[in-house]
Amino acid sequence: MSSTFDTVANIIAETCDIPRDSIKPESHAIEDLGIDSLDFLDIAFAIDKAFGIKLPLEQWTQEVNDGKATTEQYFVLQNLCTRIDGLVAAKGA
Amino acid sequence: MRIEYFQLIDRIVDIDVGGGTIRTEAAVPQESTIFEGHFPGHPLMPGVLLIESMAQTAGWLIIGVNKFAKMPFLAAVKDAKLRSFVTPGTVLSLNAKLLHEGSGYAVTKAAAVANGKAVCDAEITFRVLAFPDPSMRTAMEEWATRLAFPIQALADG
Repeated sequence: MSSTFDTVANIIAETCDIPRDSIKPESHAIEDLGIDSLDFLDIAFAIDKAFGIKLPLEQWTQEVNDGKATTEQYFVLQNLCTRIDGLVAAKGA
Repeated sequence: MRIEYFQLIDRIVDIDVGGGTIRTEAAVPQESTIFEGHFPGHPLMPGVLLIESMAQTAGWLIIGVNKFAKMPFLAAVKDAKLRSFVTPGTVLSLNAKLLHEGSGYAVTKAAAVANGKAVCDAEITFRVLAFPDPSMRTAMEEWATRLAFPIQALADG
């Protein structure tokens, strides 16, 4: 079974036509990979489908806009994967 | 359909903001300069305008869901299929449903039929932003009134 990161990286590579080997756990989706909010919406939908969860994009966006969170907390891929794992665990609880 | 003003919907037939669905109606005009070029001797409603008709249908739904506080702007059109020709005088029945709303975007699935036959469908995404100017909101409310949009029902709901 592939890791959460592998699944997310494959989704990003396919959705945004980014070479898979350039996508690292420490990559920032926006600043390093150049993914814009419109493409991230597609990525989020694909993640939702792959993991059977619902990423709280609206809440995250609001927190960043309000200065309560940094983009790194959500868009650095290893942080994103940790949040995905948390949502998957919460679903199974 | 006021094709020259890019106002492609004639009437809101039904809207359910809670359920995230809308139905509209649009009659393609019998005559337009567009048909002189598209195509000479074989007038057809351009596919891009059919897509715009679906986008306007979905757009009114998003405006309703946001109770006229925000404005949707076209951001993406996916899997657009133009299934049958539309000629002058055709009455289109359009519908849209909301698939996602939040984080500044709304995603919808829209379709049109005419005479019981599928015309077109697409997944249409919008950026949802505050009205850039209060006068635009006023203009949209006036336009909505012309389309029989049940604005009062939103206020009561």
